[in-house]
Amino acid sequence: MKLGRVIGRVVCTQKMECFDGLKLLLVQPVDENGKHAGAALVAFDVARAGEGDLVFFEAGKEAAQANPNGWFNPADAAIIGVVDAVDSGSKPAEQGGGKSAGSKSAGGRK
Amino acid sequence: MTLAKVVASVVSTEKHPHYRGHKILVVQPIDPEGNPKGRSLLAVDGVQAGIGDRVLVVDEGGSARAVIGDETAVTIRTAICGIVDSVDIEDIEDAGGAS
Repeated sequence: MKLGRVIGRVVCTQKMECFDGLKLLLVQPVDENGKHAGAALVAFDVARAGEGDLVFFEAGKEAAQANPNGWFNPADAAIIGVVDAVDSGSKPAEQGGGKSAGSKSAGGRK
Repeated sequence: MTLAKVVASVVSTEKHPHYRGHKILVVQPIDPEGNPKGRSLLAVDGVQAGIGDRVLVVDEGGSARAVIGDETAVTIRTAICGIVDSVDIEDIEDAGGAS
């Protein structure tokens, strides 16, 4: 699992049936401080995430298993959960994204 | 398995049912000396680890599910399977000097 920030939405009309009804989102991997960590990727969403949310996503075959339409599908990334807060102990809680960095409580939903 | 340090915990309400009831921690892989190595990742905690602990992380689905004791949680891939008390490293320079 990795942390990511939803930065966009991908719309496909022509797609495999196993993706019917699933939302495809563009995710920018970030670290616990909100810094970019690698290239953006497309993941399907099972956690009702939206643009701007801090999320955690799974890559690899475990992502495909999260598809409610059945595991036999060509997905390699799935948004598993929406992050409410990232707590790093002694330091003030860290914000996952750049938009409102510095606020005392981290959060994904805006 | 890799050595890692727990750097943060993640709170999430809206998540896949497989992750319900599990603590999710941000772990930073480290080398034996404790220096950060590579990018941080999230792991499900199977051993009651906390922030600041040096831990063993397994990044493979079957092993991770064995660690958390739920073989049906097929979307879980990464888990913390041990808390490291100490790492003994052979001092290669000293060994060379003694011989």
